[in-house]
Amino acid sequence: MTPTRALPERTLRDRTAVVGVGATPYWRRGESLPRTPLELAGTAVLAALDDAGLGVDDLDGFALYSMGFDTSLLAQWLGVPEVRFTAMTTGGGGGSAGSVGLAAAAVVGGMADVVVSVMTLQQSASRFGASFAPRGKAGAAYSAPPSPEGAFIQPSGLMGPGQMFAVLAQRHMHLYGTTREHFAEVAISTRANAVRRETSLMREPLTPGEYFGARMIADPLCLYDFCLECDGAVAVVTTSIERARDLRHPPAVIGGSAHGGAGRWGQAITWFGMPDEYFTSSGHRTVARRVYEMAGVVPADVDVALLYDHFSPMVLMQLEDYGFCGVGESGPFVAEGNIRWPGGRLPVNTHGGNLSEAYIIGMTHVKEAVEQLRGTAVNQVEGARVALVTGGPASIPVSALVLHR
Amino acid sequence: MSAEREEPTVRASGFGPPYPGVPPADVIRLTTNASTQPFWDAAAHHRLVVPRCTACGTFRMPPSPFCWHCRAQDVEWVEHDGRGEVYSFTVIRHAVIPDVRDALPFVACVVELPGTGGCRVIGDLVDVDPADARIGMAVELVWYDVRAGTSVPCFRPA
Repeated sequence: MTPTRALPERTLRDRTAVVGVGATPYWRRGESLPRTPLELAGTAVLAALDDAGLGVDDLDGFALYSMGFDTSLLAQWLGVPEVRFTAMTTGGGGGSAGSVGLAAAAVVGGMADVVVSVMTLQQSASRFGASFAPRGKAGAAYSAPPSPEGAFIQPSGLMGPGQMFAVLAQRHMHLYGTTREHFAEVAISTRANAVRRETSLMREPLTPGEYFGARMIADPLCLYDFCLECDGAVAVVTTSIERARDLRHPPAVIGGSAHGGAGRWGQAITWFGMPDEYFTSSGHRTVARRVYEMAGVVPADVDVALLYDHFSPMVLMQLEDYGFCGVGESGPFVAEGNIRWPGGRLPVNTHGGNLSEAYIIGMTHVKEAVEQLRGTAVNQVEGARVALVTGGPASIPVSALVLHR
Repeated sequence: MSAEREEPTVRASGFGPPYPGVPPADVIRLTTNASTQPFWDAAAHHRLVVPRCTACGTFRMPPSPFCWHCRAQDVEWVEHDGRGEVYSFTVIRHAVIPDVRDALPFVACVVELPGTGGCRVIGDLVDVDPADARIGMAVELVWYDVRAGTSVPCFRPA
C-alpha cells in the first residue's frame, strides 16, 4: 500500500480494529418470530464479543445506524457495567459501514474502549419495499411518515426504494449503454458466491434463463435485481489497535472510514433533483475519495470489495464511484468477469450479499470483510490484505470502510 | 409545521384518474407546509409554478425555505407551461400495496423543466404504451384531479 498523501494529524487511520463478528441465523421475512428484534441484537452482540475473546464486562459502547434500536434496554438486559458511548449515524442503510467508523471515532476519541456496531432486522409485519407507501394502507405498515417533500413523488405511485433506484438505472442505461445483461452478471455472480455458504438463504444457482424469465418489478429491474427480505442480526466489535493485538484473532485494522456525501445528493431517490453530473451515480464519490485518502490506499490496492447491493445496478455505479473502472464503464467491467470469485480482478460480495445471502442492511458485508482478512472466509480471496466495505446508495449519509490486515 | 390536506366527503363528478396508469385517488395523500403550499394551491387551479429565489434567480424544487445557491429565503412563483422532456422513468409493474394492483402498470417519470436550471417534476406518464416510454421524449402536462382542491401533475407525449 502506498499512501496517497501524508498522514494528517487528525485521523482514524490504523488506530482501531474490528476484533469480533457475530450473527444470528438468517431467516426469511417473519420466520424469526417469536423472537424479538432486540433479542436478535443481543444474540449477535454476545456472539461478536465471544468471537473477539471479550465479554459483556468489556463492552462500553454502541454505534448504530438506520434508526437503530433502544440501547438502554439492551444494556439493561445484558448487564453492561457502564455504557460510555451510544450514538448513531443518521439516515438509513447508507450508514452501515459508517457505523464502524463511528465506533472507531469513539475509541480514538477516548470516549469508549470496546464498541459494538449492530443491525437487527425483522420484517414480519412490514416490508421495506413499501417504505414510501401511504401509512395506514395494507402492506405499508413500515412506511415513512408522510412529508411535504414526499408529496412531490408519492402521487406518481413510486412507493418503494427499488422503483426509485430503477429510475437511476434507466438513465444509466440511456447514457452509457448499460444493459440488463450487466445487471444479471451482478445477480448471478453474487448468487454463485451465496450457494457455497451454509448461512445463505439462496442456495441454488441463478441461471441467465431464470433471470431473464423472472417477472419485471419496476423496469428495468426484475425480481432478481432486488435484495432479499429477511430477519436476523449482525454485530461487529471495534477496539483500539493496542488492545486488538492481544485478542483472539488477527485484527482487521480500520484503515479509514467515511460517511456523508455531497449536500445536493441529499435525499437522493426521494427527490430526484440531484445535479445532472452525478444523477446516475451511487452518491459515493466524495466518500470514496475521503476513505481512500484516510486509509492511504488506491483502488488497485483493494483485494475484495463488499459493496452494498440492495439493487444490482447500484453495484455497478459503486464500481465507478470507487474508481475500479471509469464512469459509465461498469457494464463492460463486470461483463469481463472482473467481479467473479474466484479469478476476477476484484471479487465482489464473496458472501452472497444482500441479494443472495441475507439482507441485514449491509452489516453482513462488514462481517465478510473481517473473515476475508482473517483468511477464514468460505469463498476466500487468496492473500486478501485490503477490503473495502460500503453502505448505501441511499440518502445522505452513504458510507465506506477500509479494513486491512 | 405540516398538515394533511382535507379529505373529500363527497366525490364530485369529474374527479379521478384522467387516464389509466395512475394510482387511485385514495392512496394519494398530500402533506404540505408553508414552503410547499403555494405549489399545491396553484396546482389545484391547473397551474404549474416553480419557486425562484428573488435574490439570485435560482429555481428550486421541491420548494424549500432556503435557496441552495445563495441561502436567501424569499421566492417568487413562476408559472411554467409544463412542457419538457422525460429525464428518466420506470415502469412499475408490481403492487407494493394491494390498493394499486388494479391500476398497474404506472410509468413514473421524472421530467426536467426547460428554463428552470434543471428543476424536475415527478409524475406519471399517461396516454402512452409503457413500451414506448423513452428518455428524451417530449411531454406536456396533464392534471389528475384527485379530489376537490387537490390536483397532481401527470404528463403525456407532446
